[in-house]
Amino acid sequence: MQIFVNDEPVTVGAANLAEVLTELGYTQIRIATAVNGDFVPASQRAARLLVPGTRIEIVAPMQGG
Amino acid sequence: MLFYGTELSSPLMLGTAQYPSPDILSETVKVSGAGVITVSLRRESANLRAGQAFWSLLQDLNVPLLPNTAGCHTVKEAVTTAHMAREVFNTDWIKLEVIGESDTLQPDVFGLVEAARILTEDGFKVFPYMTEDLVVAERLLAAGCEVLMPWGAPIGSGRGLNNVFGLRSLRAHFPNVPLVVDAGIGLPSHAAQAMELGYDAVLINTAVAKAADPIAMARAFSLAVEAGRLGREAGPMEPRDMASPSTPMLGLASLS
Repeated sequence: MQIFVNDEPVTVGAANLAEVLTELGYTQIRIATAVNGDFVPASQRAARLLVPGTRIEIVAPMQGG
Repeated sequence: MLFYGTELSSPLMLGTAQYPSPDILSETVKVSGAGVITVSLRRESANLRAGQAFWSLLQDLNVPLLPNTAGCHTVKEAVTTAHMAREVFNTDWIKLEVIGESDTLQPDVFGLVEAARILTEDGFKVFPYMTEDLVVAERLLAAGCEVLMPWGAPIGSGRGLNNVFGLRSLRAHFPNVPLVVDAGIGLPSHAAQAMELGYDAVLINTAVAKAADPIAMARAFSLAVEAGRLGREAGPMEPRDMASPSTPMLGLASLS
């Protein structure tokens, strides 16, 4: 199915957020995630099922003021 | 002054953005002796992994982190960003920014109070970026904030303390609340002035990062906040309108 990761269209086979992260190479990485604008804690990623068109945000530490 | 029960090693809070290189950033933080450094979140690429290199740098620095919600214009964006920051940075401290106006980056104080209430109830320790408005301050304290961070001037402007009267009023009204001047400081003298007003800390980024020599400027700010604090503690003289000779007049020779 096609979903959107950080606004980029991506086709994935995985059905939940945890599997999508693995499929896309976000392994052993310090990130946080949101689905359709809502925060999804790491502990809940496997239970978060995705449907076509789902919008995922993946963020990591960045310099800030 | 304690910040949510934590005593900072220095009243200098330093931002980590806009430095010429990661090495200069790292050296600047070390030279500054900053008690806190601010950080943020941005989209991560699985291939580039830029955030992971920055995280390694932060681990090496070992300075307390204050994540921000920079760039958020709504309560929902700010609250969601705060939750993501708590997970990534493993801290419940959050510098809460809800921007209301793009030219000045002035905080949306109505959204700020609402977001502060939500986050406090969620267990966050909120550092709200606010205007120097007394009523907003009262609302933020009522929402559960235990620190206030009024702006000195618009973010990145370097204009110093635009409303000294307002900042002094805030200090006088809330003598027991930790106060931080956040944003607008451009020179070490501005930082010293904030400390002389009785502020507990200053937060600086652009003034150091965009200096010709950020490392030297960090040292200058470090000395300035210390000088300002010592001056405040020493009890400044009262200003007056007319001159008063400092050299005694008694015994002055009659030479006319």
